Amino acid sequence: MEKIKNIKDILFLTAILLILPLFFKNDFQYEIAILSILNAIICIGLNLLIGYAGQISLGHGAFAGLGAYISAILVGNYGVSAPLALLISLTFIAIFAFVISKPILKLEGHYLAMATLGVGVIIYIALNAESEITGGPDGMGVEIFKVFGYEFDTNIKWYVLVSVLLLISIIAIKNLINSPFGRVLRGIHDSTSAVSSVGADVSRYKSYVFVISVVIAALAGSLYGFFSGFISPSEASFNRSIELVVMVVFGGIGRIYGGLIGAVILTILPQFLTSFEDYQTLIYGVIIIFVMMFMPKGVVSLFDRRSSAGS
Amino acid sequence: MLVVRELTKVFGGVRAVDDLSFNVKSGTIHSIIGPNGAGKTTLINMITGIYKVTSGEIYLKKEGVSSGDDIEEIVHGKRENITNKPIHSLVHKGVCRTFQHLEICSSMSALENILLGFHRFLNKNFFLSCINSKKIKEDEKRYKDEALELLKLFGLEGIADKEAGSLPYGVLKKLEIIRALATKPRLILLDEPVAGLNPKETAEISSIIREVADSGISIILVEHDMKMVMQISDEITVVNFGKKIASGTPKEVANNEEVIKAYLGTKHER
Repeated sequence: MEKIKNIKDILFLTAILLILPLFFKNDFQYEIAILSILNAIICIGLNLLIGYAGQISLGHGAFAGLGAYISAILVGNYGVSAPLALLISLTFIAIFAFVISKPILKLEGHYLAMATLGVGVIIYIALNAESEITGGPDGMGVEIFKVFGYEFDTNIKWYVLVSVLLLISIIAIKNLINSPFGRVLRGIHDSTSAVSSVGADVSRYKSYVFVISVVIAALAGSLYGFFSGFISPSEASFNRSIELVVMVVFGGIGRIYGGLIGAVILTILPQFLTSFEDYQTLIYGVIIIFVMMFMPKGVVSLFDRRSSAGS
Repeated sequence: MLVVRELTKVFGGVRAVDDLSFNVKSGTIHSIIGPNGAGKTTLINMITGIYKVTSGEIYLKKEGVSSGDDIEEIVHGKRENITNKPIHSLVHKGVCRTFQHLEICSSMSALENILLGFHRFLNKNFFLSCINSKKIKEDEKRYKDEALELLKLFGLEGIADKEAGSLPYGVLKKLEIIRALATKPRLILLDEPVAGLNPKETAEISSIIREVADSGISIILVEHDMKMVMQISDEITVVNFGKKIASGTPKEVANNEEVIKAYLGTKHER
């Protein structure tokens, strides 16, 4: 039963992703869709960390930004091919995340939040300060994404690329959560004592899940850089990190499609609110407060009721 | 099975466990009793590597070594020093524990909690997990059957798919023991397995513990329920203020003057 439902969900999502472009009238709508999907990919990884393993990170924006910068610098300044640059960037980020995870993930709750926030702020400051390589606060241009001679130069190509990536990450993370590996992660959320008493090294699994979610963020961040052709330190700012956590909580913590829905709604919403000009942020905030008051389990809980009523 | 030598734990100025030595024989139930604050849980936490030992050593019989429980064997390499080894690595050597306060993954089903117990036998490769490979699926199926078997053994087959958080306290206490058994241990440390249970549940759990011991698994039991301890223990070590004050069979301990004075004494004075 569970399996059939999973396949149904994936097919449904694939159908939406296929049909959606028929409604796009201009490039701007394409861009918003691609941005939503890239955010969704980050949020799915972040949800694995926050929702399933119960650890918080207020530094994921910075990790995504750092990934983007490394990829962009390798391609732009050193003439490395894009796929190789991506590979080097992600490997570096993975090692970096693993090293800092050892001391940081010993902390819990607010302290962990503070530590990840600190790392994020340091990355942000470094990107601002190293203006010779990063262009400083002005940001830097990013060359076009080229894979073995094939250029991703239109929005449609990008849309297909990120859609495929989204589907892959959903399927992979879903499988992971239901595997013995994922069971340990969910166990850490409930009781670290229980998990260690059955022979799993809690600190190692905490590092693993941290690295996985950081690498996913860095991948989406790098692709964002290539897609937009320009990155600035604001992609790695504290606000960006908070935005990502809000997307996860808004959509539904500990739910695969929660991260997706949260990312899509909160990427599109500000575009609708631009007509309110000065009141934009206020309305944005009020909407989030009301959703959290009446749907504490996130927007994704709306779909629960419908499916249970139907069955 | 287990040899504890001159174990001491100091918290600031308090000697919670003071120069304690005892020997757990294979396939027996060895109880550790004492008044509140005697240092029983501290002792268990030291053996399972949750607290760092201040001084002293803990030795575990090596797997597959046929031998008695003579301390001399340490010299001959039949025992290994497990002092300050974290619990997750002890599990792989065949040591497991339960907790005084429930440590259950409440958002998972009862069955998943037991599957968690099989952790060390399952394939945890990240990439294979992501593609849900055949190997992972087969493993999962095999151990699911085994977990259901265990639940049946305890008469709990009906709760397999229930969320653990929704189950009653008594059932969860049992579930924790089942989870410990799933790790296929040689030695289980039970920290107050019947605390807060009614007499019927207590009787059930003590017969389970007896059966487990009879199947060859050694047990260290910390418990306040004297009736149960006297009934099922093979050997008892009595601790007061961190010091061993008596040890022996239930009968010997019950008649020991030191013990009556320190522990049961309050009852006699009434």
